[in-house]
Amino acid sequence: MIRIDHISKRFKKLQVLDNISVVFEKGQVISLIGPNGSGKTTLIKSILGMVKPNTGKIFVNEQIIDNDPGYRKIIGYMPQIGRYPDNMKIGQLFSMLKQIRKTETSQTDEELIKKFELEKIFEKPMRTLSGGTRQKVSAAIAFLFDPAILILDEPTAGLDPLASEILKEKIIAEKKKNKLILITSHILSDLDEITTHVMYMQEGKMQFIKDMGTLQEETGELRLGKAIARIMKGDIINSEWIDKMFEPKNDEKIY
Amino acid sequence: MLKLSRYVLYDILRSKIVIAYTIFLFVVSLSMFQMEDNSSKAMLSLLNIVLIVLPLVSLVFTTIHYYNSYEFIELMSSQPMSRTRILLSEYAGVAISLLSAFFIGVGIPVLLFAPNEIGFALLFSGVSLTLVFTSIAFYAAVVARDKARGIGFALLLWFYFALIYDSLVLLILFSFSDYPLEKITLLLSALNPIDLGRIFIMLKMDISALMGYTGALYKDFFGSGTGILFTTGIMLLWIILPLWLAVRKFRKKDL
Amino acid sequence: MKCLISIVLFFALNTSFASTIIVGKDKVITSLKQAIKIAKTGDTILLNAGTYKEGNIIVDKSIHLIGVNTPILDGESKNEILTLTGKNIFISGIHFANAGYSSMNDFAGLKIIDATNILIEKNIFSNTSFAIHIANSMHCTIRNNSIKGTNKSEHSSGNGIHLWKCSRMLIENNMLQGHRDGIYLEFVSHSTIRKNWSEKNIRYGLHFMFSSDNSYLSNTFRNNGAGVAVMYSKKVIMLNNHFEQNWGASAYGILLKDITDSRIQYNTFFKNTIAIHMEGSSRIQIEKNIFKENGWGIKVQSSCDENNFRFNNFYGNSFDLATNGSMMLNYFSSNYWDKYEGYDINKDGTGDIPYHPVSMYSMIVEQNPHALLLMRSFTISLLDKAEKAIPGLTPANLVDNQPMMKPNKL
Repeated sequence: MIRIDHISKRFKKLQVLDNISVVFEKGQVISLIGPNGSGKTTLIKSILGMVKPNTGKIFVNEQIIDNDPGYRKIIGYMPQIGRYPDNMKIGQLFSMLKQIRKTETSQTDEELIKKFELEKIFEKPMRTLSGGTRQKVSAAIAFLFDPAILILDEPTAGLDPLASEILKEKIIAEKKKNKLILITSHILSDLDEITTHVMYMQEGKMQFIKDMGTLQEETGELRLGKAIARIMKGDIINSEWIDKMFEPKNDEKIY
Repeated sequence: MLKLSRYVLYDILRSKIVIAYTIFLFVVSLSMFQMEDNSSKAMLSLLNIVLIVLPLVSLVFTTIHYYNSYEFIELMSSQPMSRTRILLSEYAGVAISLLSAFFIGVGIPVLLFAPNEIGFALLFSGVSLTLVFTSIAFYAAVVARDKARGIGFALLLWFYFALIYDSLVLLILFSFSDYPLEKITLLLSALNPIDLGRIFIMLKMDISALMGYTGALYKDFFGSGTGILFTTGIMLLWIILPLWLAVRKFRKKDL
Repeated sequence: MKCLISIVLFFALNTSFASTIIVGKDKVITSLKQAIKIAKTGDTILLNAGTYKEGNIIVDKSIHLIGVNTPILDGESKNEILTLTGKNIFISGIHFANAGYSSMNDFAGLKIIDATNILIEKNIFSNTSFAIHIANSMHCTIRNNSIKGTNKSEHSSGNGIHLWKCSRMLIENNMLQGHRDGIYLEFVSHSTIRKNWSEKNIRYGLHFMFSSDNSYLSNTFRNNGAGVAVMYSKKVIMLNNHFEQNWGASAYGILLKDITDSRIQYNTFFKNTIAIHMEGSSRIQIEKNIFKENGWGIKVQSSCDENNFRFNNFYGNSFDLATNGSMMLNYFSSNYWDKYEGYDINKDGTGDIPYHPVSMYSMIVEQNPHALLLMRSFTISLLDKAEKAIPGLTPANLVDNQPMMKPNKL
């Protein structure tokens, strides 16, 4: 569904993406992981056309990404930070998006709007919302048009456990519909139940992409976090980051 | 395109800054007409508002708005919308809201107290300058990397057009005072929209008589159909050119 | 026989002192020329309504010519209409129309040469190249006439009232329009010009040269091509006049050139390009005038000295005062300047800090008129503010040390 062909991106002196080639297929749930500044978000933005790679090509559904924005019709995107015009009301945001996509309410997937109970606050202006509520709005937008590809940048960051669980269930449901789901996250343990593939990035390079089965086989670990830790064991520089990543959070279930 | 700008407009019209700006213009205009016993003196004071405050507010407000909407613009660019459409919608939204502020704040008092040729020239210049400086601000905002730089750049442009440029003109006038300068001064005025707007109004106020032969020449020129066409044309150029540059830059920009 | 003739003559003369000759289309005498021919000194000719086309009519005896219901004397655009010479002549109630034009002669509707004691009253002049042309005369009164030219070019039209080498004249209450100069005086002295209304003349509303000892009182000069020009004269008194709307490139309220020992008081200058322009003028009292919404209030060239500017009120002029040099030998005091931003702590009605009425920008414009293009720009206002704080370019001794806080009561 998405084919990334030797893309590189350089911001001034910093090489953010270094010759990355990868293919994502439908039905896959890819966890894109790596330390801060490893190029995860840049990769996502490249797929969305927000960042223009210096070299290389990206194909979505065998169609090259150029200036035609039409390919984005099948992509739902949830950004890391969602900020919206201060005085716009939530309801207006949704109706605006529907108008832009020329989609009727009957054709949209409003499950998240309902489950997050956003309808109750449709009349509230955006500036009054908390960070968590804004994340809920962002998530609801990403799933609104029932897109074939979902790109979620740190989806559970800032969400309360309940909302986080609702979102996870939604992702699982979408996974069953044979969609391609691309997720970046720091909190790995959130992802391992739903992840089919792990793509690990560091300093702009793709270190590996492996399906969970292979990963578990190679490492003998069932948990994603442990599995990666095993892989990275030799790497002293990054071990600290990985350790930190696997510290269980208070609200986390320990398997 | 109008779909997005409608919501942008809706958002801005509710913003406290625009409401304050409208009230400020309205109160100032009204009190000037009330205070001065004849409307032409009030018009002179309004002239300063139009030539100094309008460009400044347009520049600063637009730049701030652009950076505050940055995440929203990002979100929009993840939608099936072209970058050109996004930026032009934003432009339309900002420009229309600033124009409404100007129309309510200055337009209504002028139409009430001085619905004459000078009044219309003032409104024409005000509308043109609002559009021009909104356009220039978009360029500044798109080019600059962060908010501080963007606002700094916008302020610098304002300093240039409102202050430095005229000093340079003065310098040129004195350096070349032995040469016939009619054509050159005309050209110089066209290179600064604030000067062009000012001269357009001043000639309607019959300042030309003070300028002797040269003034008569200018009055003939600006009073004629060609002159109005020239002024409108140059103003349009000042609106379109920065906006076009901004769009061109924005299309290639990494968000 | 001789005796008889002398008796008849005696009676004829005798009756002629009181005789009235009536001219009219339906009367015995149908021609004015004929009437003048038979008229004797002191006779009155009553000219009835109608149009008379009799070429150039000459009056050289002391008669009264009175129009009844405004008869028209038509010059058919080729003649001078009426020429007066002598003394004690009275002309009233006649419409002079269509005098001829010649580039060689100054044809006029009414010409007065070498005359004394003439009264011209309540006449109408239309389309006369010169309306009233008076040369080498004394003790004439021209009043209540309405004079309207056709606004042709400066060269092909004459002056409304033209006086040359006259003295002790009174020009009063006339309405002048559309001529080259409304009132023109050259070598005229001891005369009074008052309550006239001169407007829309091609060149000057009033123009005088080499005419000393004259008074101009309560006249209105409005919307003339170049305003009023007064040149090479002494002891001129100009009071209570209105100079309005003399607006255009090189138009003046008054242009003073080589005027000395004169008074300009209680006048109003409204919306003139330059209200007063002074050149080579000395010892003029310019007091208690109002300068309102002019381009320049006063332009004083540095060739002027010992002029007094006191108790004037300046409002809303683009420039109150301009000068072309750094020397200033004139005296400014107790004027009201609406641009004055000082204060009055001791409450004596005059500002505590002196006012410099010449702005930096007006000096710049004086040197480089193109700089007018920058008028009312932000840069210019900052420049003026800076100059106010640290004066450098403007003449230091051009200062009003007692600027009034409130307008002078006039």
